[in-house]
Amino acid sequence: MTALLNMDQLLDQLESGLREQMTRRGIESPTLIGIRTGGVWIADALKKRLGLTEPFGELDISFYRDDFSRIGLNPRVKPSHLPFETEGRDIVLVDDVIMSGRTIRAAMNEIFDYGRPASIILATLIDLGNRELPIQPDVVAQVLTLKETQRVKLRGPDPLHIEMRETE
Amino acid sequence: MSDQQTTVRIIHGRLLDGEHDGSAVTTLLLQGGHIAAVGADAEIGDVDRVIDASGCLVAPGFIDLNCNLREPGNGQKGNIASESLAAARGGYTTVCASPDTSPVNDSSAVTNLIRDVAGRQSPIRILPLGAVTRGLEGELLSDMAGLTRAGCVALSNGGAQLRNARILRRCMAYARTFDLTLMLAPVNQALAADGYAHDGLVTSRLGLLGIPEVAETTAVMELLLLAEETGVRLHLNQLSCARSVEMVADAQRRGVAVSADVAMHQLLFTEDALAGFDSRFHVRPPLRTEADRQGLLAGVRDGVIGAIVSQHQPHDSAAKQAPLGATEPGLSTIESVLSMGLELVADGELTLSQLVVALTSGPAAVLGETASLAVGQRADLCVFDADASWQAGDDSLLSAGKHAPIRHCPLKGVVRHTLCAGVEAWGPGGD
Amino acid sequence: MTANDPSSQSLQLTGNGQLKHFLTLDGLDRALLTEILDTADSFIEVGERTIKKVPLLRGKTVVNLFFESSTRTRSTFELAAKRLSADVLNLDISTSATSKGESLSDTLLNLEAMASDMFVVRHSQSGAPHFIAESVTPGVAIINAGDGRHAHPTQAMLDMLTIRQHKGAFEGLKVAIVGDILHSRVARSQIRALNALGAEEVRVIAPGTLLPADVESLGCKVEYDMVRGMQDLDVVIMLRLQKERMEGALLPSEREFYRLYGLSQDKLALARPGCLVMHPGPINRGVEIESAVADGPQSVILNQVTNGIAVRMAVMSMAMSGQVSERTQVAGEQG
Repeated sequence: MTALLNMDQLLDQLESGLREQMTRRGIESPTLIGIRTGGVWIADALKKRLGLTEPFGELDISFYRDDFSRIGLNPRVKPSHLPFETEGRDIVLVDDVIMSGRTIRAAMNEIFDYGRPASIILATLIDLGNRELPIQPDVVAQVLTLKETQRVKLRGPDPLHIEMRETE
Repeated sequence: MSDQQTTVRIIHGRLLDGEHDGSAVTTLLLQGGHIAAVGADAEIGDVDRVIDASGCLVAPGFIDLNCNLREPGNGQKGNIASESLAAARGGYTTVCASPDTSPVNDSSAVTNLIRDVAGRQSPIRILPLGAVTRGLEGELLSDMAGLTRAGCVALSNGGAQLRNARILRRCMAYARTFDLTLMLAPVNQALAADGYAHDGLVTSRLGLLGIPEVAETTAVMELLLLAEETGVRLHLNQLSCARSVEMVADAQRRGVAVSADVAMHQLLFTEDALAGFDSRFHVRPPLRTEADRQGLLAGVRDGVIGAIVSQHQPHDSAAKQAPLGATEPGLSTIESVLSMGLELVADGELTLSQLVVALTSGPAAVLGETASLAVGQRADLCVFDADASWQAGDDSLLSAGKHAPIRHCPLKGVVRHTLCAGVEAWGPGGD
Repeated sequence: MTANDPSSQSLQLTGNGQLKHFLTLDGLDRALLTEILDTADSFIEVGERTIKKVPLLRGKTVVNLFFESSTRTRSTFELAAKRLSADVLNLDISTSATSKGESLSDTLLNLEAMASDMFVVRHSQSGAPHFIAESVTPGVAIINAGDGRHAHPTQAMLDMLTIRQHKGAFEGLKVAIVGDILHSRVARSQIRALNALGAEEVRVIAPGTLLPADVESLGCKVEYDMVRGMQDLDVVIMLRLQKERMEGALLPSEREFYRLYGLSQDKLALARPGCLVMHPGPINRGVEIESAVADGPQSVILNQVTNGIAVRMAVMSMAMSGQVSERTQVAGEQG
């Protein structure tokens, strides 16, 4: 299974999928926003691969999570950093792993508080299924089905690699 | 219930007073409200009742020079019936009732009322203290002689702050005329101002309004000089500063007729008790530093401070349920004094003898009385188990005031019997 | 022997050290104060967006309980709560309940019926928020918005945020607080915060009548002479002088106070270059501070509003978070 998760191949997949989407939608200068922490690393990699010069944005969705009433605030919250106007832009929202879809819901709410983008493309490295909200990525490098006991986590930033482990 | 003619034999108890150190098991015989025999003589003859004091200490009943019974008053904070029963439970057989009631005890009518209610409802002896000035306002002399004739044993300022040295001097000169004792709590009003905590580390950190040490020490010095000049018999209530003890000791050495007391909680707690804004420890005078506590303890050990008082101040819960500075001062202590004292004994800060003297013969002397286990003494006795424990809580306390200094934690010292003139004031009844 | 009651530390922290009330800075360590400042930084970024609001406290009710009126402080708390999407109720108790003779305990009983999640308390009695925190039903967070002479922790933390923005860190900083320390809840909280965050030296500069007993025990040095006290300073905090201080014989006159303890350009020149000038406001020009200094380049008096809102958002969300985690020990992860 680990053999399937070669980082370069995954990023190749993601890049080509994204280029295809952009071509189809006629997007020439997208703006990248990565969701902390893993999404930021992927966004950084994509920025280089796509040859974009504009800095990418970093989103900390801690203030937008829907489980505050259950688990409270993330004590290590950092400011979100979007060094550009989002109003009217074509945004590529990047995250490492998608599962329930709640993080993406929170991220989109946050992005809209900065302004109204023209469009959002969702690119995720890995899709673990088990969706709880009607949110689907536009581009995915790898779909995985994990057993109950398995966990997957992106480690980085250098080298960027996927860690699979069994829980006890 | 038994009456004063009953004969009572107390067996297997260990006697504790100024003469007995609580080590020897001895029998006591009570007859006609007095101690009739001690030791072998007490073991002869039939009696109406036998009290088995196995494992217990037998001491003279405790005497409190400063207790608030809250009657007359509106009853919410307690009354003579509730607080005298609490006192009996605490081992007391005599308490002096502070004059700061509502109305103030500044007339023989109020004194008579207190004596009348006490006579009917109190299981122990209540000795009223008269107000030294009318309404305790510090301006006009009260009818000191009239109050004394009605039954007041001394004249007191009831903890009110002292404002005017000229009036104090006249109070003393007048009291001296009739050979009366003045019991005054030394507080300089201008210096104490609106304070409610010792002006020091804790007030500084918590932003509380402080009462500086000099609010007491300047008043002590003033009172000592005035007493020395007028020749009045002066008793200083509730010292809180080590410095005050030194000044009193010095005056005693010079032959000034001055005695002093300290509240039991001053010997256990310091300003730190307020660290969590605990309004129970809002007391006047305020709890001061560890050095002051040590000075007060030394005063008790040396006999400079002759009496430990309860300074019992019961309150309804609303009076204590507010931010610290908005609460009323005072602790509900009368049921806990013995346990607090035993705590000091356990910590080696007082001996058992020093403790019992400060609770019995010491205060008795201030009242011109004696208290001991000698033949012929009034049969005012306290039989307590120093090793048994109890807990203070809303349900267990008899006083209307539930703000005891140590709550919900085991306290050593349970009073099994309190006998007032041979009659059971507290205890399980005939056994 | 000490009293067997909870200290403020156990009162305002959960079992695992999270904030659940914010009553005082006493007992809060450097890590926690830093977390407050870091979280506030994130909220400053929120304040720069088109929509300055996050959904964190949606559905929660925050009651501003002001027993002492203060439009300025109450407004920043109100704005902070609204930017966290909470519902806000402003109760100006100073003019309603207490004047009818209602006790604080009774007022609280009535308020609990409203199912509030947080009380922001301003009271003239030191310790009033402690009392309220001990009295209310569990789950309600209490935030101290200034109590008597005791503490004003959010004001102190916003000052710390301002200092950190300008100086980067607290190490090596020499900070002086000038004026009426005795009556100042702000000063007490600032001294505590500066010590906890690692400032090199905290000095108080005032005449003896405006200093509390044993003031050094708070963690500061005392300097009576302002000219000497200004040496090597990185930050000087001027406190507001209330007019009534002349009445109780604490000070002879405003003029004399200004001459001795007012911050003039001459005195500021004695400090390190770039010394920050702060004032919790509102300023008495010509009493504590010369106008030219208050309006000068080293003064950060005006840009404190943004920080004030951010710090209050941080503290409110952290305390609410602590209440949440104390109630539920559920650890969930979002995918």
